Amino acid sequence: MTIDQLMNWIPFGADWPALAFFAAVLVCALTVFLFIAVYALMAIYGEVKISSFMQDKVGPMGQGVGFHAGKWGLLQPVADAVKLILKEDIIPTLADKKLFIMAPFVVFIGAFISFAALPFNQHTVVSDLNIGIFYILAVGSLSVIGIILAGWGSNNKWSLYGGMRSAAQIVSYEIPAALSIITVIMLTGTLSMQGIIEFQKGTIWVILPNWIIFNNPFSFIAFFIFFISGVAECNRTPFDIPEAESELVAGAFTEYSGMRYAFFFLSEYAEMFVISAVATTAFLGGWNSPISGFFDGPGWGLFWFMGKSLFLVFVMLWFRWTFPRLRVDQLMSICWKVFLPFALVNIFGVAIWSLIIG
Amino acid sequence: MYRDFGTIFLFILLGIVLVYVPLLISKLVAPKKYTPDKMSTYECGEESEGSAWVQFNIRFYVIALIFLIFDVEVVLLFPWAVVFKELGLLAFVEMAIFLIILTVGLAYVWKKGDLDWVKYRVKYGRGRYSKIVGKE
Repeated sequence: MTIDQLMNWIPFGADWPALAFFAAVLVCALTVFLFIAVYALMAIYGEVKISSFMQDKVGPMGQGVGFHAGKWGLLQPVADAVKLILKEDIIPTLADKKLFIMAPFVVFIGAFISFAALPFNQHTVVSDLNIGIFYILAVGSLSVIGIILAGWGSNNKWSLYGGMRSAAQIVSYEIPAALSIITVIMLTGTLSMQGIIEFQKGTIWVILPNWIIFNNPFSFIAFFIFFISGVAECNRTPFDIPEAESELVAGAFTEYSGMRYAFFFLSEYAEMFVISAVATTAFLGGWNSPISGFFDGPGWGLFWFMGKSLFLVFVMLWFRWTFPRLRVDQLMSICWKVFLPFALVNIFGVAIWSLIIG
Repeated sequence: MYRDFGTIFLFILLGIVLVYVPLLISKLVAPKKYTPDKMSTYECGEESEGSAWVQFNIRFYVIALIFLIFDVEVVLLFPWAVVFKELGLLAFVEMAIFLIILTVGLAYVWKKGDLDWVKYRVKYGRGRYSKIVGKE
């Protein structure tokens, strides 16, 4: 575990274990924060560029004279970040100030502490909790509270509508997602993230890797239910009704500006990564290489984990330019009338499958 | 064990600090030219009309209730799923009974129309709503 390794490296570790523990956690937290920030900047750049290519444009290029956005617009996200820091911080006079200020904290911390249980490779995991995946699902829904606080605290009709819709959507989609994860746990028999990945070593059916998605037909369906519910939980298009800009301005975040808004933005991208990472861990073999026995070391583990997760993030960006936005009633009926029954059937399917075959 | 969750607890505290510091930096460098109009509630440029703290649509409440039931179910399923392979058929039958009861509940709510976001089945009786009856 990373914390223990760090504590061994710290020179005064033996004398003051509590202080060394704190220092180790501080290093981890700073690393995770830095990772989120860099990844978010990359993802924003990627989103702008990928969106542009999908629409047959080139996106930010910066070929002008004087201040411009660097080669191929690479400095565009940096410029965005600087702009957000320099923005005036506005709290409307009519808003509930305490709730308004609290909301970005709650939303960001929900996404931030999920990273503590993500296994980046064989050894790198901040805290390998024995209830890892359960913890991530539980903490992931903290963001709902933040969004409701933002929606209610702003005292703005757009915000209220956005917050309410967002809450209804996120809590609804949590259920198919959690039920899909249960099918994984039934196969692995452990809630630890590393344990789930360990289970997926080796090959199945000669050539296919022994990932849970290939384990049986029901897991195959469960992966898609989980991933689509995950996209809905992140409020990404085509499920972005809570912040549908053509009807609700910016949903729950209408009144936010500057850094406060930036933290909502940051946590949206962080949550996308968390959902992708959980999908990778639970269904796509985590840091296991696709060809069993080759490319297996810790470095490769990190490469496979990041590769799979970032590919799923890319798929989320791809969704945005492929599917039109759903209507709010369609959104709810898909969740409760399609995904939920399928997820329940999946549980029975996996149970019977593992009783007969496994 | 205590160390695992101690890490999480410290992560929460450090998370608060890590959000607070950028906000503080922004506070130091950002302009502060507040005018009453700037601080007013945004409503597409119009003067805002009344407070947004109003009684809200009941359909959100029903969804929340259904969510609560299923979330408790999910929490109960997690420990069962961990030991499912060891316990085998007996555990499966027990959980199947539990799940079937919940599925019946889902079917009831579905039939009752509480899963529909727009409730066409409500018969308003008169006026312009009388025509939107029975979109089954």
